[in-house]
Amino acid sequence: MDSVELARFLTGMTLAVHIIFATIGVGMPLMFAIAEFLGIKNKDPHYMTLAKRWSKGYTITVAVGVVTGTIIGLQLSLLWPTFMQIGGHVIALPLFLETFAFFFEAIFLSIYLYTWKRFKNRWLHFLLSIPVIIGGSFSALFITSVNSFMNTPAGFDMKDGKMVNVEPLAAMFNPSFLVRSFHVVATALMTMSFILAAIAAYKILKNKFKKDTTYHVKALKLTMVLGLVFTLGSMLAGDLSAKFLHQEQPEKLAAYEWHFDSESNADLVLFGTLDEETQEVSGAIKVPGILSFLADNSFDTEVKGLNDFSKSVTPPLIVHYFFDIMVFLGVFCFVVSGIYVTMLCIKKLRKYLHVKPMLFGILLTGPGAMLAIESGWFLTEMGRQPWILRGYLKVEQAATQAGGLTLVTILFAILYFVLLVTTSYVLIRMFKEKPAYQEFEAIANERGEK
Amino acid sequence: MVFAHIGIIVLWLFLFCYIIIASIDFGAGFFALHAKITKQDKKINHLISRYLNPVWEVTNVFFVFFFVGIVGFFPDSAKYFGTVLLIPASIALILITIRGSFYAFENYGQDSKLQWLALYGLTGLFIPASLATALTISEGGFVIQKGNQIDLDWVELLLSPFSWSVVFLAVISVLYISSGFLTFYAHKAKDSKAYQLLRYWFLFWGPPMLAISLFVFLSLRVQNEGHFVTAVTDYWWMFLLSLICFTVAMLFMLQKKWHGWAFILVIFQMGFAFFGYGISKLPYLLYPMVKLDHAVVNDNMAIALTISFILGLLLLIPSLILLLKLFVFDKEYVEGKK
Repeated sequence: MDSVELARFLTGMTLAVHIIFATIGVGMPLMFAIAEFLGIKNKDPHYMTLAKRWSKGYTITVAVGVVTGTIIGLQLSLLWPTFMQIGGHVIALPLFLETFAFFFEAIFLSIYLYTWKRFKNRWLHFLLSIPVIIGGSFSALFITSVNSFMNTPAGFDMKDGKMVNVEPLAAMFNPSFLVRSFHVVATALMTMSFILAAIAAYKILKNKFKKDTTYHVKALKLTMVLGLVFTLGSMLAGDLSAKFLHQEQPEKLAAYEWHFDSESNADLVLFGTLDEETQEVSGAIKVPGILSFLADNSFDTEVKGLNDFSKSVTPPLIVHYFFDIMVFLGVFCFVVSGIYVTMLCIKKLRKYLHVKPMLFGILLTGPGAMLAIESGWFLTEMGRQPWILRGYLKVEQAATQAGGLTLVTILFAILYFVLLVTTSYVLIRMFKEKPAYQEFEAIANERGEK
Repeated sequence: MVFAHIGIIVLWLFLFCYIIIASIDFGAGFFALHAKITKQDKKINHLISRYLNPVWEVTNVFFVFFFVGIVGFFPDSAKYFGTVLLIPASIALILITIRGSFYAFENYGQDSKLQWLALYGLTGLFIPASLATALTISEGGFVIQKGNQIDLDWVELLLSPFSWSVVFLAVISVLYISSGFLTFYAHKAKDSKAYQLLRYWFLFWGPPMLAISLFVFLSLRVQNEGHFVTAVTDYWWMFLLSLICFTVAMLFMLQKKWHGWAFILVIFQMGFAFFGYGISKLPYLLYPMVKLDHAVVNDNMAIALTISFILGLLLLIPSLILLLKLFVFDKEYVEGKK
């Protein structure tokens, strides 16, 4: 591999690892805040235990999230120095604000985690979760702004290879900022709900401690309802993204859908394989007219095809597979949580809520949603190729020329492998032999309710 | 260019904050490991984790703040430092990652293991060494430039007495600062066993630190004479003040009195030396390629950054004070009663 490919590979690897923990980081604080809220309000030690155990596990993932986030922050300059020199001063504001948000979150998270027993008034401790949620969501918004700038650059003029007349706010609130942020936050919340639901489902399926069953059932109900709500949000965000791409980045949409010739009433292509030479798609399900409809709410809309763009600016066509994976898994999560919540609403069906097939389905939603997140990011990042800064700077012009890139890539690959294995190991050990009922009995005793 | 100066002051201040609180953190890891191996862990490790658990993550943010800030305010430096630091900074990143995550595994996990403590304790000493490379390189003489292409001159770096003396200074300062703070914290916690051990460490690391500082000075003369001359002719008084602070801090500690003041003097000692070093280095960020004025960001962005910085501080300072109040200045927490 040459240095451009290596730099791409290493950046991709770092982001693929970081996004797991970043997603948990955005989604988790709201989850334990909701559980704590319900716990205090209903005086229910089950929910308090949920909040405590969720936040306890979160300490591990947040640590890994912080360090992998530090890596990507510095790698931007290490691997793409030319990009940072040319564009760094235009995106400086959101980058800078992101650290503030992160700072804010870190401070209050520390306070939240170590003050469970310090305040007489329980609501005070709950209130501490609010700055954590705000900090986490805002840091996601700001960093998404940096990424959306790379997709839809704005807020500067180009003069002799330099960016001049910089307008910081225009660059920060660039055209794709809102759509992408919405998508990022909604899917993070959705994913987190399903991961926690999958854990609860697993625990109900394979329960060592009978006394814990009510606790896990409560966790499952809460997370599935939240999961359905956030899935609906994510689907709306996805729809808005498609419409946005149609307007602003048609070559990306066309590549997602293997849409070669511009036409109205364009087909939506699901699955299938492609022969790149002949542009033949085989084995796919084609839904007539839907692509046009998704792009603009009308079947007559003409969707631009790949053949209308120069070969030098179209993304690799592999992105279609990631698109399939993302959409399929999203719909799967929607179906599972939809069935569950419907059954929960209809009294007669409630006894079937925790039958095995249902629980197995839920078990798959957690990893499925995370895989959808990964595919979504691969999709959008590879869909931006060959540009690092769409329309202005190509990836091969921006990569570092320093020696030793191969060594660094290998070192990081080993690091990530060790990190993922040890994190899973520690998280599993943390809860394996620790039944929840002891904790909620302790909480109930503390309040003199037992 | 007033923005260039605002930018560099802010960043230098944040770097200084990072150096102090990260030193406490890095040194504490090493002391915890050492205590475990010499079977003295019951004496101090509970004290260390009581302080570190709530603050370690915040420490890391100071570092992120610095490098994001320097790219924001001085985008040109991103190109030079980014390219030449690829390997040293990647090594630092790997060490920081190992340290941060294994710290969490060791402290929040179900079981603690000596291997994890060892990883976390030792990396703490290598991180300052690898980060110090950035300061060494900025003195010039380690970057090869051919037309548009730049790279790091490894042979020069590894053979340079200056770079090695900076590395040693970084490591020893870490142990010195850390023991200074932890002595204060142990005294406050009325933990006499931990106190004795940490006070011993502080007195132990003080003198060699002073010796190596002098050596850094002398080798700077060889590496970058202009910088050395400015330091001794225009800013000698800052280094003198630093020395006085050091002496008084040592005296307080020998007398077993005023531990809070002793640590504040340590901060001032480091502060005078660090800012004296920084100011005598100007106008160069990377000698002789990146100058403060030329590298600074455009005015619009500089205004936006400065405003957001002020607003950010209005939010941060009260939060930080709250954090300190709860975990450092709260007597009952420090004594382990909460």
